[in-house]
Amino acid sequence: MIEVRELRREFTLSTKVGRFRREKRTVLAVDAVSFDVAAGEAVGYVGPNGAGKSTTIKMLTGVLVPTSGHVRVSGVDPSRGRRELARRIGVVFGQRSQLWWDLPLRDSFDLLRAIYRVSRGDYEARLRECVELLDLGPFLDTPVRQLSLGQRMRGEVTAALLHGPELLVLDEPTIGLDLESKERLREFLADLNTQRGTTLLLTTHDLDDIERLCPRLVVIDRGTVLADGPLDELRAEVAPERVLVVDLEKPAEGLDDLPGVTATRTELNGLRHHLTFRRADTTAAALISAVAARAEVHDLVVVEPEIDDVVRRLYARR
Amino acid sequence: MRAYTRLALAGFRRYSTYRQAMVAGMATNIAFGLLRMAVLVAAIGQGPIAGYDVAATATYVWLGQGLMAFVLLYSDKQLSDRIRSGDVVIDLYRPWHLQLALLAEDVGRAGYAAVVRLVPPVAFGAVFFPFRWPSAGTLPLFAVSAVLALVISFGMRFLVNATTFWLLDNRGVHGLYMSCTWVLCGLAVPIAFFPDWARDILWSTPFPAIFQAPIDVFLEQGAPGTILVNQAFWAVVVLVAGHLVLNRAVRKVVVQGG
Repeated sequence: MIEVRELRREFTLSTKVGRFRREKRTVLAVDAVSFDVAAGEAVGYVGPNGAGKSTTIKMLTGVLVPTSGHVRVSGVDPSRGRRELARRIGVVFGQRSQLWWDLPLRDSFDLLRAIYRVSRGDYEARLRECVELLDLGPFLDTPVRQLSLGQRMRGEVTAALLHGPELLVLDEPTIGLDLESKERLREFLADLNTQRGTTLLLTTHDLDDIERLCPRLVVIDRGTVLADGPLDELRAEVAPERVLVVDLEKPAEGLDDLPGVTATRTELNGLRHHLTFRRADTTAAALISAVAARAEVHDLVVVEPEIDDVVRRLYARR
Repeated sequence: MRAYTRLALAGFRRYSTYRQAMVAGMATNIAFGLLRMAVLVAAIGQGPIAGYDVAATATYVWLGQGLMAFVLLYSDKQLSDRIRSGDVVIDLYRPWHLQLALLAEDVGRAGYAAVVRLVPPVAFGAVFFPFRWPSAGTLPLFAVSAVLALVISFGMRFLVNATTFWLLDNRGVHGLYMSCTWVLCGLAVPIAFFPDWARDILWSTPFPAIFQAPIDVFLEQGAPGTILVNQAFWAVVVLVAGHLVLNRAVRKVVVQGG
């Protein structure tokens, strides 16, 4: 679906030096980025501010022309076949609106139907489904300027889907939404990917989005790809420690010499123990039985490293 | 084509939602018309200038007050603001020709302006002042001339707005454009008031084609064929220039923001 090879994009900045002279400086926003996305995948494209995420998205959608490198989206060279590509993909920019500010939501959809040349039957079926799943009914006839952010985002996602795109690119779709709206949107997108087979490419700073939606993660920083792979593998690679948290019936000490435990922390006067261990050294089951042999266990939980932690370590690795 | 028709209709509806703005605009428009009348009638007190008697002057002023809003003589900033904020990304990736899409919306806006901003001042002038109606055969020519004026005005505003791709802050260009239209298109005084040499220079710029041209057709001054050909020429020039500028902007320019 997406094929990116050695993609580069430079920007020229000119800064004032002295009274009249200006110095031109070339900034590399995206430097030799390569990755592939297969049809039906859901991929998270993650990186800190200024990493080159949005620049990549703009090149994938044909808005920016790459300085060099090769891009194919849906078999189309985006900057040459921008209009053809636009009919095949949907784009949602979390911070920008593609709806007509002063018209009712329904009118924006109607206009998009004309712009994308969608047949009435397809349009009505798709709209009906979105209205139902995203609960748009109550505000379909409200002017966009009067919608809440959560309502507007649901409208934006619908607007991007009316022409039945095979790929949906989402640039920070959940930014600024409350927890409930986020969850509702994620659920909808997850269904879209698994039930409909729509390919998703998602940039976000909210790593819960990735955890919920994207089995695969591409991490980018300063214009280059730092890591690319399934979330679980990246986690095992950069953050191999897991933590077993046990609550005991009676306070106990001396759980730090258990085999495989690399660090311990005690809370609640010895009632709760955090035991850090590596997947490679021991299993959770072995460790649990070792603890049970020493003390009476009331409750326990195994904590995987947070995705934030995984990504932070990936950034730190370079 | 259907998409552009729908965009024009949407443009009409968008502007029709702002009723109070329309009423306020109309009031200002008529007040300004009265001022311009007073100044020009005083100027021709000694006798007609360049063929402008009181009736021709009244027609020039009140038709002009209407046309001003119809062609949108003063530059708008919509595209410019979208370029500054980076929202233009949305406009650029759609499967349309951006310039044509904006033209379609502007035609819709002008359609609404024709009803609420062009007709009232003309009616006001015709009722309260001596007014010179053209022969029935001239009215269709006037309609064509007014539409061409709208297209040229759009094309010029598009170019002014597009400078934002390079300048980021185009208030200077915008201000310059405003003062140019004020003097060069025949709004301050009719182009016919200028000396011969200046008239020729002015008519070789696109400015009179935005404003003075449809008024001249209405007043039946000069050969309408020549005027329409001049307008058609400028319409093509500004639209082609806009198309080229947009292509270059998309290839060369930073699209703002993350």
